[in-house]
Amino acid sequence: MGAGSGFVIPYNAALGLRVVGIERAQAQATFTLPYDAKLVGNVDTGVLHGGAITGLIDACSGAAVFAALAEWQPIATLDLRIDYLRGGEPGRDIACRANCYRITRNVAFTRAVAYHDDEADPIATSMGTFMIATKAGVKK
Amino acid sequence: MTLIERLAEAKRTGDLQTLCDVVPYSRFLGLSARVDGDELITTLQFADHLIGNPALPALHGGTLGALCESAAIFELLWRAETAVLPKTITLTIDYLRSAGPLDTYARSIVTRQGRRVTNVHVEAWQRDRAAPVATAHAIFLVMREEPRPAASS
Repeated sequence: MGAGSGFVIPYNAALGLRVVGIERAQAQATFTLPYDAKLVGNVDTGVLHGGAITGLIDACSGAAVFAALAEWQPIATLDLRIDYLRGGEPGRDIACRANCYRITRNVAFTRAVAYHDDEADPIATSMGTFMIATKAGVKK
Repeated sequence: MTLIERLAEAKRTGDLQTLCDVVPYSRFLGLSARVDGDELITTLQFADHLIGNPALPALHGGTLGALCESAAIFELLWRAETAVLPKTITLTIDYLRSAGPLDTYARSIVTRQGRRVTNVHVEAWQRDRAAPVATAHAIFLVMREEPRPAASS
């Protein structure tokens, strides 16, 4: 889940995620995960842990779903698949662009790509599905 | 010592917590590991910064994904004779229930140990193990990746 609900998401803040842009017309969101030593997975290489990238992709994909919704509704991630294509480079921020390419009454479908500065040279790609909940509560 | 040497040392001495502590991100998340019977249980200790939905409140999906991926890596480091850090190729997380502001536990099953890749299934739960909050399956590269030879014409 991610931004768009009007309140601060503690875990997004803890990761240091920055919202770069939300484009409602394209149902698209772009986030950045600034490089931070506390998020490193391998101290020998300084490469960020996959878990931090999972957080970036989940948050950004959720924001793309919010961008696709006509009005705010709670959402819940159903599943998320992440393919790690190559390691990130130490010291460099990671960007994520996510699109909600299909939305129905109950379910939204997203794809996302994480990269340093060239989307054509991705670090990770992802597909996700989200449940659109009723305002009364998250029901599956 | 390199990371792999420190992990090998931790394995020799049975010091599971070192598995977590040598990874900065694991400390940030608040992971710990213990052996219970013949199972390696990884715990994500609840903390406010793990919240993804303050209204419910519920843990952020990213924290559960990270718990599952980490639990699978700890399992491989603990059980397998690996000279390299397992590299995640693909990770798929199914979110089954909203995870409340509680500690979350995970255990992994190696479903196939290959020479080059290993498949792992992970389950994560809170109060009731029979009602997991998330399951995941992950595929890891467990060998050093050599540069791909150039195609010959």
